[in-house]
Amino acid sequence: MIRIEARPQPSAVMAYATPVLAVVLTMIFGGVLFAALGKDPFQAIATIFWEPLFGEFAFFYRPQLLIKGAPLVLIAIGLALGFRAGIWNIGAEGQYIVGAICGAGAGLAFFPAESVLIFPLMVLAGALGGWAWAMIPAVLKVKFGTNEILVSLMLVYVAEQLLASMSLGLLKNPEGFGFPGSRNLQQYPSAHNAEIIAGTGMHWGVAAALIAVIFAYVLLTRHRLGFAIRVTGEAPRAAKFGGVNPGRLVLFCLGMSGLLAGLAGLFEVAGPAGQISIDFNVGYGFTAIIVAFLGRLNPLGIVAAGLLMALTYIGGDIAQSQLGLPAAAIQVFQGMLLFFLLALDLLTNYRVRFGTAEVA
Amino acid sequence: MKFTTLVASAALALGLAGGALADDPTKVGFVYVGPVGDGGWTYEHDQGRIAVEEEFGDAVETVFVENVAEGPDAERVMTQMALDGADLIFTTSFGFMDPTINVAQKFPDVKFEHATGYKRADNVSTYSARFYEGRAVQGHIAGKMTESNIVGYIASFPIPEVIRGINSAYLHASKVNPDVEFKIIWVYTWFDPAKEADAAKALIDQGADVVLQHTDSTAPQAAAQEAGNVMTFGQASDMAQYGPYPRVSSIIDNWAPYYIERTRAVMDGTWESVDTWDGIPTGMVEIGEITDAVPAEVKAEAEAMIEAMRTGEYHPFTGPINKQDGSAWLAEGEVADDGTLAGMNFYIEGVDGDIPQ
Repeated sequence: MIRIEARPQPSAVMAYATPVLAVVLTMIFGGVLFAALGKDPFQAIATIFWEPLFGEFAFFYRPQLLIKGAPLVLIAIGLALGFRAGIWNIGAEGQYIVGAICGAGAGLAFFPAESVLIFPLMVLAGALGGWAWAMIPAVLKVKFGTNEILVSLMLVYVAEQLLASMSLGLLKNPEGFGFPGSRNLQQYPSAHNAEIIAGTGMHWGVAAALIAVIFAYVLLTRHRLGFAIRVTGEAPRAAKFGGVNPGRLVLFCLGMSGLLAGLAGLFEVAGPAGQISIDFNVGYGFTAIIVAFLGRLNPLGIVAAGLLMALTYIGGDIAQSQLGLPAAAIQVFQGMLLFFLLALDLLTNYRVRFGTAEVA
Repeated sequence: MKFTTLVASAALALGLAGGALADDPTKVGFVYVGPVGDGGWTYEHDQGRIAVEEEFGDAVETVFVENVAEGPDAERVMTQMALDGADLIFTTSFGFMDPTINVAQKFPDVKFEHATGYKRADNVSTYSARFYEGRAVQGHIAGKMTESNIVGYIASFPIPEVIRGINSAYLHASKVNPDVEFKIIWVYTWFDPAKEADAAKALIDQGADVVLQHTDSTAPQAAAQEAGNVMTFGQASDMAQYGPYPRVSSIIDNWAPYYIERTRAVMDGTWESVDTWDGIPTGMVEIGEITDAVPAEVKAEAEAMIEAMRTGEYHPFTGPINKQDGSAWLAEGEVADDGTLAGMNFYIEGVDGDIPQ
C-alpha cells in the first residue's frame, strides 16, 4: 500500500530535484507518444533538445533561444514578484500588447525623423503603457476590492481589440495598400531594437531581461520590500502585524509586472516582430505564467525555465519540419512537462511511504 | 555582418553539396498559419503539397510546419527550412510577408512564394486567387434563395480581399433581389471555431437565412445545421460533409496546379519572380457542386455565370457600380482594374455599415 504523508519541513533536495525529474519523465512519456505516432522516439527527443543547442545549425538556433526566451523571462520576473505575495496578475498579455502599442506609437510619431533620443523615448512609453494597463486592476482592487485575476484577464481582451483597432486605424502603414499593420520598425533605424552585437541574438530586450533578473534577485533577498513580499505571501496576517501596507504592495507588484510586460512588448515590436499587426501577440503573457512557476518564482530559476520553454518551442518546430511530427504532438509534449512539474511538486512537501499504514 | 556570413557560407556549402549529388531531390517547404486539419485554408494548401509529392514522386521532398505564428516565429521556421536545404518555400499567410522578405534576403539562392501579399524580390514571388469570382456565384444563389431577405456574412479582417468578397456577393445578390440586406460580423480571426460559431448564431438570431463566411472552419456550417433552415457555402475547402444542406455550394482554393508548376520551374531552372492572380479560368478558384437544395433554374443560372467567367466573357465587377457614398465608381460597361481591386477599401452602394477602422 502506498501512502503520502506531510513532511515536517519542505524538502530542499526535492525542490531542486523535481524539475530535473519532471524533464526526465517528460522525455520518457514523450518518447512513448512519439513512438506511438510511428516516429523514432530517440531521434525526436534529440531533435527537440539537442539540435538547437549542438546541431549543425546551432549558430543560428542559439541566438534564437535568447530572442524567444527574453520576453518570457522579462514578463515572468514581474509576475513572480506578485505571485510571491499572492497577487495574481493574469493579464500580462494585455500589458504586453499595450506596451507595444505605446512604444511603437511613440516611435512612429516621429517617422521619418532620425534621432538617438527616439528609441529611449519608446522604451519609456512602452514601460508606461504596460504599467498604466496594470494599474487598472491594481487601483480597482485597492479602492473597491475587486478581484485582480478577473479584471487583469478581461483587460487582455480589451487590449486585443485595441490592437486590432490600432492596426487598422491610427498606426496603419499609409504605404500598406490598405492592408492592416503598422510600418515595419526594423526599417526605421532610430526606432529599431537591433542586435547589440550582430549574430548573437542579444537585443535590448535580452539586456533588460538580465537586468530585471538581477534587480529581482537583490530585491527578494536583500531588500525590505522583498521581505514584505515574501512575508505577505507566506503569512499575510503576520505581514499585517509587521506593518506591511497591503494596498501599496498590490500597487507595486501589479505596476512592476505591468511595466516589465510593457517593456517586453516594446522590445518585441521594435525588434524581432517589427510591426504592430492584428496578430502581434502570440501568448507570451500567458506562457510567462508557466515560466514563472516552472522557475519556482525564483529569478534564477525563471531564467532557466524561460530558456527551457524557448528550447521546446524551437526544437518542436524543427521536429515538425524534419520528422513530420504534428504541431499538436509538440503541444502535448510541452503540456506533459508542466503536468509532471506540478504533480511532482507534491514530493517537496509530502513524502511517499510504502507498506501498511501505522495506526494513528 | 557575422550572421549573414555564417548563413551564406552554410547555404553555399549546402548548395555545393546539393550540386554534387545530381539525383538529390528538390526540397519544398510549406509554412502554414493554421493546423492542416482546419478543413479550410491550411487544409487546401496541404492538399497542394500532397499533389506536388504525387506529381514528382521521389524527385521531391516536401516538409511543412503548421500553426506558425506571424512574426519572429515565422522568420525562424523559414530560416530553418532554408538551412535544412529547401530549394523552394511557400509561405501561406498574409502575415508572413515581411518575414518572407527578410529571410529571402539572407538566402538569395532559395526561391520563396508568398500567398496573398504584395512585396516581391528577385527570389520572392507572390500569388493569390480571385475568390471574388466565387463570391459572385454565392451572392447570386443567396439573393435568389433568401426568404427573410437577410444574408449574414462572417468577415475575418477588414482587408481588401475580404471587402472585395463582400462587395462581389452583395452586388450579385442585390441584382437578383433588390430587397436583400447584408448583416456583417467582423470576427478578427481566420480560424477560431468558437468565435465563428458565435457569429453564425448571432446572425441567425438576427433573421439571416443564408450565412456566408470568410473564415476557415466548419463551425458556421454546424451552427446552420443545428438551426435547420439556414443555407451556407463551404469556404476555402469544399466542406461537402455538410451537404446537400445547409452547405449548398462552396468556393474551393485549388493550389495544386500552381504548386506543381512552380516546383517544376525550380527543377528546370526556369523559376522567375512573378505576381500571379488567378481565378476560375485557370482552376485556382473552383466552385463546389451546387446541390439539389437549390432549384434547377437557379443552379442553371449560377452555372451559366461560372461558364461566362471561365471564358472571360463576364467580370464580376462590371459597371455601372456606385460606391457606398453614392459617388460613381464604374461607368456602364466599365470593368474594374486590378489595381483598384487589389487595394479595395470601400463598400459599394447599398451595403450597410462602415468598414472598421
